[in-house]
Amino acid sequence: MDASSLSGGFVDHAVQSATAFRDLLQAMARPGLIFTMNGTEPPAPLSIAAGVAVLTLCDADTMIYLAPSVDNDDIRSWVAFHTGAPFASSRVADFAIGKWDELFEIKDFPAGNDEYPDRSATLICSLPALVAGKTRLTGPGIKGAHWLDLPDGGDEMRRVDLYPCGRDLILTAGDQLAALPRTIHLETG
Amino acid sequence: MTTHSEIHDDLSFEDSYNFAYLDEQTKRMIRRALLKAVAIPGYQVPFASREMPMPYGWGTGGVQVTAACLVPDDCVKVIDQGADDTTNAVSIRSFFERTAGVATTEKTTDASLIQTRHRIPETPLTEDQILVYQVPIPEPLRFLEPRETETRKMHALTEYGLMHVKLYEDISQHGHIATSYAYPVKVDDRYIMDPSPIPKFDNPKMDDCPALQLFGAGREQRIYAIPPYSKVKSLDFDDYPFSQLRAPETCAICGADDSYLDEMIIDDDGGRMFVCSDTDFCASRQNEQGFEPAEVAS
Repeated sequence: MDASSLSGGFVDHAVQSATAFRDLLQAMARPGLIFTMNGTEPPAPLSIAAGVAVLTLCDADTMIYLAPSVDNDDIRSWVAFHTGAPFASSRVADFAIGKWDELFEIKDFPAGNDEYPDRSATLICSLPALVAGKTRLTGPGIKGAHWLDLPDGGDEMRRVDLYPCGRDLILTAGDQLAALPRTIHLETG
Repeated sequence: MTTHSEIHDDLSFEDSYNFAYLDEQTKRMIRRALLKAVAIPGYQVPFASREMPMPYGWGTGGVQVTAACLVPDDCVKVIDQGADDTTNAVSIRSFFERTAGVATTEKTTDASLIQTRHRIPETPLTEDQILVYQVPIPEPLRFLEPRETETRKMHALTEYGLMHVKLYEDISQHGHIATSYAYPVKVDDRYIMDPSPIPKFDNPKMDDCPALQLFGAGREQRIYAIPPYSKVKSLDFDDYPFSQLRAPETCAICGADDSYLDEMIIDDDGGRMFVCSDTDFCASRQNEQGFEPAEVAS
């Protein structure tokens, strides 16, 4: 661990994490809306938005899976110092961090069970850019439709076929953040 | 030595508390549960409810949800059975003034977060607001099936026949669905949910609501949610459709004929009057009309 892993976290944790959570809550409640996050400077290639999500939601009670693109010593020691969260395999992860394509390839993230569909992983998925696009989002939280530019595979990653089991996505690109819970229906128009 | 009264003289923000009272790890735990609750509308997410500095039944679940959601520039409104000025509402409002330093209001339109016990405001909510319900018994099937292991299976299997039997028994005994509060709803065509003991008059306000609705049950350790613009259907039968219920009167103070009314007993001879349950709604109508407070006929 070097000194850089000690910096780049929240300065005023209680207030910054409260503000960040309020945006995360609204992002999850209004899927497809894009929020701008700030307050963290995680080591590359972890984005600001992913850093904020991790610092707001993760602690010693949550297992984190790091996909290969973000599994380096700098990120490990930064996450360990700021959250105390243990690292784990994808099979038991509460949170997973990585690129969309990487996380898509991993099939064994928990999706909960019929009695406890909440015992599922939340995938913090980075995209090259988070912009309105050709994928049409409909479902709870959305009046009419929202539009995002998403790669293929969103339904398989979330396991929407298992609803109410399934996984929820937090999408990040730089300081931009949006969410895609398991309830949302995707159509490519 | 500081006396008790001296402590209570100053109800302003006390920065000896962590922001919004709860410690950060507790807030993270509640926040994770809230995100799951929003992602699975109507499903009751278990959470490790903490003891709060108020007894169970006083809104400990709602207070924990509110504390986990608050930001410093929030403006908080708290209502108890529609009223802003009853003990429960006043004490929770001052709790957040002291521990979070947030602004508070009695006006529905000024609030960014509204914590409520057993009512939904008459004034329509907006996208910029969050409504937090205090919930005593979150499980809608609990009085029909006391075992948690069984009700959990019933939710897993969408086995909701028992709830319809209960409503049917209402009809066979009373000629109509007599359930008048905590009237069960189905959220997003999946989970049956207890809307907390709001009058069924308020049920239609939950459907397609622009505001995010969060529910916290402290003693029972459950959090659930309805995302904005979600489908919330009150259970009924084709030949006995759901109907709202309100006293067929007008408010004795503001004259409203479309609000939910409380019945007040005003003497020992059976005299009574009906007034709006929502005090802010009633007061703003009185202001609009330039009313002086009405004299109560005896």
